Amino acid sequence: MPIYSQKVMEHFMNPRNVGEIENADGIGEEGNPVCGDMMTFYIKVKNGRLEDVKYKTFGCGAAIAVSSMVSEMAKGKTLKEALKITPKLVADELEGLPKNKFHCSNLGAQALQKAIEDYQKKQAGGKV
Amino acid sequence: MKKVYLDNNSTTPLLPEVRDAMLPYLAEYFGNPSCLHEWGDAPREAIETARNQVASLIGAGPEEIIFTSSGTESNNFAVKGLAMAQQKKGKHIVVSAIEHFSVLNSAKTLEKMGFSYTTVPVDKVGLVDPEKVRKAIREDTTVVSIMHANGEVGTLQPIKEIAAITKGKGIVFHTDAVATAGTIPVNVKELGVDALSLAGNMFYGPKGVGALWLKRGTRIMPLLDGGVQEGGRRAGTENVPGIVGLGKAAELGKAQMTVRNEQMVKLRDRLIRELPARIDHVIVTGHAQNRLPGHASFCVEFVEGESMLMLLSSKGIAVTSGSACTSRSLLASHVLLAMGLPHEIAQGSLLFGLGINNTADDVDYVLEVLPPIVERLRQMSPLYSKFMKQGKGG
Ligand code: FES
Repeated sequence: MPIYSQKVMEHFMNPRNVGEIENADGIGEEGNPVCGDMMTFYIKVKNGRLEDVKYKTFGCGAAIAVSSMVSEMAKGKTLKEALKITPKLVADELEGLPKNKFHCSNLGAQALQKAIEDYQKKQAGGKV
Repeated sequence: MKKVYLDNNSTTPLLPEVRDAMLPYLAEYFGNPSCLHEWGDAPREAIETARNQVASLIGAGPEEIIFTSSGTESNNFAVKGLAMAQQKKGKHIVVSAIEHFSVLNSAKTLEKMGFSYTTVPVDKVGLVDPEKVRKAIREDTTVVSIMHANGEVGTLQPIKEIAAITKGKGIVFHTDAVATAGTIPVNVKELGVDALSLAGNMFYGPKGVGALWLKRGTRIMPLLDGGVQEGGRRAGTENVPGIVGLGKAAELGKAQMTVRNEQMVKLRDRLIRELPARIDHVIVTGHAQNRLPGHASFCVEFVEGESMLMLLSSKGIAVTSGSACTSRSLLASHVLLAMGLPHEIAQGSLLFGLGINNTADDVDYVLEVLPPIVERLRQMSPLYSKFMKQGKGG
């Protein structure tokens, strides 16, 4: 049996929303403490919603599929909704991840969260 | 789709001649070689034929060959069995930093039992410096275990030079020759070692069978207690078909070695020359020439090994990687780290294990398919974009 679900393979082979956003409203970078890999998320926010989500990923097949899935799940959501994307939800949407690859889904959810926090910080900073 | 198997470092395919030699021992010659009736005769003789074949492959005496279940068992047996047999003399052993886990973890187990061990480092290309082995040896050292070649970097170790150091010191020198025996000329007398491990599936024989060569007169403590198979040194009813296959593979390996290697070295050198020429920021790992004939290993910067491996696999190409993400333990290869490669570079590890079935076409196919795969992954790599932004100018 292949180690990855069909859904993971499909996202890995055709990752959505890859790239960087110029003048992004928020950037979140997360390193994987387990294997040393890295993910960077870029967001564009309009009227409290994630108008665009892009990312770059250095990591395994699961990490690439996770970032693709997170970007799809997050796009169009309000910030509040997007912050509710948990690693578990991402893994479920991918029809499961091998046990030792679960940490790769943390990477995606956390990088997105950091990007949103980065945006919120900038907003708060702007008001002062 | 084109299928190209380039993972002969993990295991080699079974040669049809080897399989044919094994089949009768999975059928009519099912008898237990220990039995004195007629059913025991053919299996017993077959084992002795295999023993001769394996002995002849490495220039040893047949009575010095002990059949085991794998290279891993041979290594466990050697490191633990030799250390334990001599514990009255001393309790210290020496290994290198790039040994297979069956050696490294055996050393760790011994440590828990009151032994101690010293790990000798390797240099950038994965070479052990014999002088460092000399320095690691103590009064109470009884066993030195340094591999002949490492399957991950392919570098051939100076076994003869190390043997000259251990000689006359009452030390048993074991070498893990799993990657070399049956592949390149291995002669135990020329190498000057006292014990040597080999495994069938590394040279077109079956899995689940290996051997330990032990120089006549060397004391070892058995790992398995039981009957008196293998001269009482390795109990358990023999894996007759496996042993027959190992013997046949040894015979063919010896006879065909020169021809096989001529072809493989050509393919290997083309890969080692061409990949870095076609892809920027590719590091060849291990020694450029002094390496296994079918072995080409690289680190591709800014990309991770598993994702390269998967994309290659989608093109029908089978390779392997020492990256942390590909290992079940999620640890970067201890071999690459021991050679001083930083974690992020080790992440881009890619190993090609050419075999006797590969052709120039296969190599061309890899050279055609890999550059766009790397390009694609780099386009989505944050490390690469950082490098392009900052690194390039200065
Ligand atoms: S990113 Fe390293 S295991 Fe997934």
